[in-house]
Amino acid sequence: MFANLDFDVIRRALPYLFFEGMRFTLTLTALAALGGLVFGTALALMRLSGHKILGRIAGVYVDFMRSLPLVLVIFWFYFLVPYIGQWVTGASRPISVGAFASSLITFIMFEAAYFSEIMRAGIQSISRGQPAAASALGLTYAQTMRYVVLPQAFRNMLPVLITQTIVLFQDTSLVYVLSITDFLGAASKVAQRDGRLVEMYLFAAVVYFTISCIASFGVRRLQARIAIIR
Amino acid sequence: MIEISHVNKWYSPSFQVLTDCTTSVTKGEVVVVCGPSGSGKSTLIKCVNALEPFQSGDISVDGTKVNDPKTNLPKLRSRVGMVFQHFELFPHLKIIDNLCLAQQKVLDRSRDKAMAKGMQLLERVGLKEQAQKFPANLSGGQQQRVAIARALAMDPIVMLFDEPTSALDPEMVSEVLDVMVDLAHEGMTMMVVTHEMGFARKVANRVIFMDRGEIVEDAAKEDFFGKPRSDRAQKFLSKILSH
Ligand SMILES: Nc1ncnc2c1ncn2[C@@H]1O[C@H](COP(=O)(O)OP(=O)(O)OP(=O)(O)O)[C@@H](O)[C@H]1O
Ligand SMILES: [Mg+2]
Repeated sequence: MFANLDFDVIRRALPYLFFEGMRFTLTLTALAALGGLVFGTALALMRLSGHKILGRIAGVYVDFMRSLPLVLVIFWFYFLVPYIGQWVTGASRPISVGAFASSLITFIMFEAAYFSEIMRAGIQSISRGQPAAASALGLTYAQTMRYVVLPQAFRNMLPVLITQTIVLFQDTSLVYVLSITDFLGAASKVAQRDGRLVEMYLFAAVVYFTISCIASFGVRRLQARIAIIR
Repeated sequence: MIEISHVNKWYSPSFQVLTDCTTSVTKGEVVVVCGPSGSGKSTLIKCVNALEPFQSGDISVDGTKVNDPKTNLPKLRSRVGMVFQHFELFPHLKIIDNLCLAQQKVLDRSRDKAMAKGMQLLERVGLKEQAQKFPANLSGGQQQRVAIARALAMDPIVMLFDEPTSALDPEMVSEVLDVMVDLAHEGMTMMVVTHEMGFARKVANRVIFMDRGEIVEDAAKEDFFGKPRSDRAQKFLSKILSH
């Protein structure tokens, strides 16, 4: 069955696949991870603040996001964001945000739920003596978090955060429901155009697999190094 | 300098850790607090800089009431140095940055000034060469000396110590005590929870003995070691002096 496969189609499509598709995928992954980390850390701080209402809001948000399939969130968000934008700004017509912005916001909000749980575990792993020592030196609560607790939580959780980002990297392929040209979207377009489905999807799988594998390997190395520092 | 009057603290309605604690530490005085494990020594000393809240009574430091909701606690704490049993250096920062962080963020000192002050204090505790290392690369005794230097970098008016040597290997105890003795001789006001009776004999002005959340004995050093009035203090002393 492999006899009449034409792998040259891949070579010809490489610039398109990587400069369009992979660039989009990596940009989305990086921005969503960054945004998700910031928003997720805020959620974690809300949950650990001891403030009843704030903690509750964050808890409900996290549970809600984690009980929905991502593809549904992407889909709904794409259709809802224009109307939410209209409602917030009081505009007369739905605000068009574009597929990229819509998918980025979706991923940030979705990933924040997962990153917040990771950061929460990270913050809780810091012994109580650390914030006590920081307070004793006169640092405020915000400074204690900013300079003492969060850097340590982040460092301790870095392997888990990267692992979650690898999952995110794979999940970004779900933007195909918005007909966006991410890496998979690009591969799929070439596949349809040239009628080379097997070659293109095989190649896409190999690329996702390779990148994820290398990243996972990096995480294991990192874990070993962090274990030595601690 | 420190006024503690009628302090009561409960961790839960049925568990009172501190019962009517009253004492004071005057300027330049060194007061040693001792007592059996769980007697509330750490809790009391943490109440002084409001790391632990308490339900009734008053504590004031240099005239500022710590249990007044209007008190700027970070500001007050920045003037009260504290040294912990487990050092609590910040593991993600180099030694010198451990000393600079609060100087820069709390006292708004410039980086240069903070560094200069930090290096001067590291030199004083004999650890200038370690400035660029991370805490994990230092021995326990070295870490505790850094912790003392870190507290001193804030130019505190009082120093609180909570069992500063009890987590150390025996051979490292004296290097830390030496620093503390020097500090006492320089006239620093100190409240020290410790079972190092040698230290108490050498530099303490007064010794406080606590048991089950109460201050059972509060006496000048000579009186305390001469003839403790309470049975409990006598028993405690004979126990820790016998080994
Ligand atoms: N956060 C807390 N919640 C409830 N109980 C506590 C808490 N912290 C301390 N305790 C209890 O309060 C009592 C006094 O504790 P504290 O740490 O002040 O004793 P200590 O005299 O310093 O003892 P040690 O010599 O072991 O350090 C102990 O029985 C302890 O179990
Ligand atoms: Mg204690």
